[in-house]
Amino acid sequence: MRAKIQVDHLSFYYGDKQALFDISMEIRERQITALIGPSGCGKSTFLRCLNRMNDTIPGTRLEGRVLLDGQDIYAPGTDVVDLRRRVGMVFQRPNPFPQSVFDNVAFGPRVLGLYRGKDELEEIVERSLRDVRLWDEVKDDLKQDALSLSLGQQQRLCIARVIAVQPEVILMDEPCSALDPIVTLEIEELMKRLREQYTIVIVTHNMQQAARVSDWTGFFWLGRLVEMGPTGDVFTRPQQKLTEDYITGRAG
Amino acid sequence: MNRRYVVQRVGFALLTLAALLVVVPILLVVGTIIVRGASAIDWEFLTAMPRDGMKAGGILPAIVGTVLLTLGTALAAIPVGVGGAIYLAEYARDTWLTRLVRLAIINLAGIPSVVYGLFGLGLFVLFLQFGTSILAGSLTLAIMTLPIIISTAEEALRAVPTEFRTVILSLGGTRWQAVRYVVLPQAMPGIITGIILGLLRAAGETAPILFTVAAFYLPRLPRSPLDPTMALPYHLYVISTQVPGMPEEIKYGTALVLLALVLSMNVVATLIRSYYRRRREW
Ligand SMILES: Nc1ncnc2c1ncn2[C@@H]1O[C@H](COP(=O)(O)OP(=O)(O)OP(=O)(O)O)[C@@H](O)[C@H]1O
Ligand SMILES: [Mg+2]
Repeated sequence: MRAKIQVDHLSFYYGDKQALFDISMEIRERQITALIGPSGCGKSTFLRCLNRMNDTIPGTRLEGRVLLDGQDIYAPGTDVVDLRRRVGMVFQRPNPFPQSVFDNVAFGPRVLGLYRGKDELEEIVERSLRDVRLWDEVKDDLKQDALSLSLGQQQRLCIARVIAVQPEVILMDEPCSALDPIVTLEIEELMKRLREQYTIVIVTHNMQQAARVSDWTGFFWLGRLVEMGPTGDVFTRPQQKLTEDYITGRAG
Repeated sequence: MNRRYVVQRVGFALLTLAALLVVVPILLVVGTIIVRGASAIDWEFLTAMPRDGMKAGGILPAIVGTVLLTLGTALAAIPVGVGGAIYLAEYARDTWLTRLVRLAIINLAGIPSVVYGLFGLGLFVLFLQFGTSILAGSLTLAIMTLPIIISTAEEALRAVPTEFRTVILSLGGTRWQAVRYVVLPQAMPGIITGIILGLLRAAGETAPILFTVAAFYLPRLPRSPLDPTMALPYHLYVISTQVPGMPEEIKYGTALVLLALVLSMNVVATLIRSYYRRRREW
């Protein structure tokens, strides 16, 4: 498996405060990589470095390199709009726009101009909704308000909204923490299916979830990447004492 | 009976009384004007020029003048006001410049309207040589209206959750697209409320138009933005205080027309607002 994203000695600062310390890792293509660690250890910050969402926060600074398919995404002249299309993001709380189901999924293609003609747009919407297994539930009324859907449906809609712009990588920041256990399992099933097409990076507080869905696990502690490896190895025979303590609940 | 219960009853009664006291003056004002002015309203009153030193005939030029001034104010104040609010809420960082702008807005809101009138006279009428004209009057009213529009619009924009902007950026959209497609539609009801509040104030003010546009007696319709015109609030002031022997009926009739104009703007605003509440797609 080739590395889709390669992170090279990445450090990140909010003003004077350093949030990430010299992180290097490889994120494999069409695999699910889970990032775990206690609250405030920099998981979200790291995730946002991968699609340059930290750019929108004033006063931040970054050192090191992040390569997507071998290209440094922080190199001058990088097309950030296209980068964000290629590296999509799903957030913690389901956050559909207060518009119809159709318009939510169509949003990305519309602002990016990714389609020719109404038919193609409808095709994209249908395909994206099918990909997240929402199509059968909403196909009779695509005009309904997205906010009238259940939370689990809303989160799948948000994933469909990302998929609609045909990304290569999907970043998910605790995508299930606002959902109940049954819906959480649904989303996990969905992630396993999406893995066939997309590279997925998921931040989670839930160790069982990381163990269940991911192929690779990285453990963060105070802004440092302590350990990274195949999920089975990290959970059954961690190399670092710190990782073991965290996973067994003795630290965190 | 429990003492606390009694206290509560008395308290509620007083609060109800206070609430009712707000309604009473409105009912009295509107009631008086309707009762005493309705008889003056007929087709001629609304569509004819004034005659006999304004003691007879209609008030058409004043109605047209007020409508034109309100439109002119809207034309000048809405783009600048909403644009400024979008800048402040969506783009501006907290620098000394934006703080200065905010300070200016707060202070503009506190200036008495007669000062705007004098300012308009100095800048638009004399210095820029627009003369006493609809243009000068509209611009003066627009400046007076701006702080209301900007501050309500900015508040409405800020009330839209940040998350939406973040999501749009993460989809590869730009800040402007976030504003255009999600933030602005969401904030629209609040923005429209601000616009209407501002325009209502502009439509009813006398002092700012006193030196900049209003004609005492001008029984014809304006032909260009550089013409002066009569206007309802000033006309009302004139016939109430400056013309001896003015029939009561005409005074109250004029007041009723001004009131009806303002109330109908309110109704239109409410309609637009509910339309935007229902229509969330694009
Ligand atoms: N916008 C910001 N400005 C300043 N500091 C920030 C900002 N966002 C995060 N931080 C700081 O950076 C550090 C890492 O935060 P981050 O949100 O990445 O942690 P996290 O691992 O995602 O935590 P959680 O599990 O609670 O989501 C924290 O100390 C946090 O206070
Ligand atoms: Mg986080």
